[in-house]
Amino acid sequence: MTGEPALRVDGLHKRFGKAEVLRGINLEVAEHEVVCLIGASGSGKSTLLRCINLIEPVSAGRISVYGEEITAAGVDVNRIRREIGIVFQAFNLFPHMTVLRNVTLAPRKALGQSRKEADTEARALLERFGLAEKVQEYPDRLSGGQQQRVAIVRALAMKPRLMLLDEVTSALDPELVAEVLEVIRELAEQGMTMVIATHEMGFARDIAHRVCYLHEGAILEQGPPERIFTEPEHERTRQFLQRIIAAGRM
Amino acid sequence: MSYGGSPENLNPTGLPEPAPSRGPSLLGSGGATFRNVAIALLSTVVVFGLVAVLIVESAGWPVVREAFFNRSYFRTSISPIAHAFVLNIKLFCICEVAILILALLLAVIRSLPGAVFFPLRLMAIVYTDLFRGVPTILVVLLLGFGAPSLDLTDVPTSAVFWAGTALVLVYTAYVSEVYRAGIESVHPSQEAAARSLGLSRTQTLRYVIIPQAVRRVIPPLLNDFIGLQKDTALVSVLGAVDALQQANILSAADFNFTPYVVAAVFFIAITIPLARFTDYLVLRERRRRQAGGVA
Amino acid sequence: MKKLCAITFALLLALTAAACGSKASTSTAANSGANACAVSNLHLLTPGQLTIGTDNPAYSPYFTGGPGGDWKGQYNNDPYTGKGFEDAVAYAVAKQMGFSKSQVKWQVTHFNQSYAPGPKHFDFYLAQVSITPQRAKEVDFSTPYWNVNQAVVALKSDPISHATSIADLKQYKLGTQVGTTSYDFIQNTIQPTSQPMAYPTLNNAISGLKAHQIDGIVIDLPTAFYMTAVQIPDSTIVGQFTAGSTPDHVGLVLQKGSALTPCVDKALAVLRGNGTLAQIQQKWLSEKVRAPVLH
Repeated sequence: MTGEPALRVDGLHKRFGKAEVLRGINLEVAEHEVVCLIGASGSGKSTLLRCINLIEPVSAGRISVYGEEITAAGVDVNRIRREIGIVFQAFNLFPHMTVLRNVTLAPRKALGQSRKEADTEARALLERFGLAEKVQEYPDRLSGGQQQRVAIVRALAMKPRLMLLDEVTSALDPELVAEVLEVIRELAEQGMTMVIATHEMGFARDIAHRVCYLHEGAILEQGPPERIFTEPEHERTRQFLQRIIAAGRM
Repeated sequence: MSYGGSPENLNPTGLPEPAPSRGPSLLGSGGATFRNVAIALLSTVVVFGLVAVLIVESAGWPVVREAFFNRSYFRTSISPIAHAFVLNIKLFCICEVAILILALLLAVIRSLPGAVFFPLRLMAIVYTDLFRGVPTILVVLLLGFGAPSLDLTDVPTSAVFWAGTALVLVYTAYVSEVYRAGIESVHPSQEAAARSLGLSRTQTLRYVIIPQAVRRVIPPLLNDFIGLQKDTALVSVLGAVDALQQANILSAADFNFTPYVVAAVFFIAITIPLARFTDYLVLRERRRRQAGGVA
Repeated sequence: MKKLCAITFALLLALTAAACGSKASTSTAANSGANACAVSNLHLLTPGQLTIGTDNPAYSPYFTGGPGGDWKGQYNNDPYTGKGFEDAVAYAVAKQMGFSKSQVKWQVTHFNQSYAPGPKHFDFYLAQVSITPQRAKEVDFSTPYWNVNQAVVALKSDPISHATSIADLKQYKLGTQVGTTSYDFIQNTIQPTSQPMAYPTLNNAISGLKAHQIDGIVIDLPTAFYMTAVQIPDSTIVGQFTAGSTPDHVGLVLQKGSALTPCVDKALAVLRGNGTLAQIQQKWLSEKVRAPVLH
């Protein structure tokens, strides 16, 4: 690929009315890199991801994907969104469609794939992530973990260059979290470029190349996980990690 | 770690439990136990038995029975009213299709975003207010007698055509509001999910939002259908001989009101199955809606 | 469980059958004695007052006094004026029975109210009601006070105005007021190829004619004259029909088994015998222009 970073965020500001949620985010993610965003609720992790995916318009700043400035005027927003996959905390599967159709809808309509092509690829993906028997089921018959895995597959079916995961295990019961983390781990091992907002510190320490701590809309500290988790520089980071350990999540 | 997936019988946690049916069961709490069924049957017999006795013993009952439930007039009315009822059915089917399509169009127009579409949205609002505000029978009369008088070329003058047009205009206004409520009830996260996959606004509307919206508003939609089925009787004010008018004719000929009861039976025969079908669809959709992780 | 349901269902069915089973018996009041018809001895709605019912609107030439009281609006006529064929007949019968003009009260009664079951709101009703055997089962009719001939009204500019026989009329779309013997006449005698229209009121039928929804209106001859002379510009009476084998007689309507019926008949017999009825007919229904007879 080109020498450009997979993702570059320059001075990103985001305001909702009077409240400023993101205050000047600067972030660079190289190809094949896995970056984990950690921080308290309301620190801006979700908003940042939604801005990258252009779901939220930015108030100021620039975002570039592989050198192309996606926040510029006149950009085909739909095309950009096809290249960036995002998975949400609340799965957001389409309840009126089977698992298979959930996965093949966008490839068929947005990428123009034929039904046969899309079905074959979807089945392969679903099989790979252990969902082969659920192909003709409706989402209401799946467990939370299965639904989230389908949501990930649905995003993968578009063959994105970059994946954004927004606290994808936060809504799941503990015993279902593991199966979803496995999927993400596999994606990371296969070299998918990912930005993951998460509360799962143990998981972050395992797979992240870099961890960013967000506080009140700015990246307070970032670095390799071993350093951040054992020797954070900032007081606030320390406090945050203390709370996490006390809550038994590490 | 295996990907065998959770065992089938593990309750999907992290999701709200799908409620079997939100209201009390028809038989009472606990459902169809032997005790419940026995009590239900007994009280049915008692209640309906009492009502029947009260009616039959009332002073005017023989007269009412003779005038409204006369057996021989009942028998002789069935055939002519059945033939006339075909007109109601034809009108219903054709209008129904037109209404479903036009109302959806109107609802989509009403929800178009952006300042550039303001005039379209305004027209949609004016249309809806106008045709919901005027009584349906007035619209039928105005169009039925007014439009043919305009002597427009190539436009049919038949009563059935204009009655049908009036019904379509009026019901499109009501049904478009129902659709709109449905569209707005679909959680915005569904649109977010679809758009984030790269689907355009039109594709999102067509494949994700509208299918869900329609399924959600099936009860009020079917309510309107049932209303339409009955309002086809309004074609009689323009002189067309539908089931109601045929009942009028028979009734005036024999000075007996039984034909009206026969006409009523025909209407009910259509609307009751429609109502039960609605119930089934609602139950099925409610179950599905619980999943997908949407609030 | 299923057995219990079946038993209950059978029980309900039995109850329903029992309710509908026994025949109604209507009581007939025996009436005898010459003095039974004296005003003071009559069973009236309001003692000392003769309540006569007629429809609203009341049309010329049966009522011609012009709008007034409850009978408002164009082409409507107030019965209290005594002007018009039926108006004159009513007052003549009242006078013969011994009532003064001030003792007569007119009650607005729509056609289907006149034969509705239950006590009537009039002592007798007149509004060109044809006597038929089926109707006579539900109400009392007086002896006829007039015979009706049907006629066809059309616009002069339409081809139907050149028809010279019943066969010529078959191809056209005809219409009339619902529930009239005119409608039966179209169905049974003319037997057109297309379904005739049955309008709620004559005014609607006139609108239908003007809007070219129908080619011709079939209505009794006197009304046809009034229509062509006053209500419909550029119209003509295509022709009239003779009574044929089943003459259309018109009579007064009374409650089934009313004690008044013989008294009314007595009065009519006198009026017929001394030529009053013929005079009234001559005065209000004389046809200055003869309409061709269609066979």
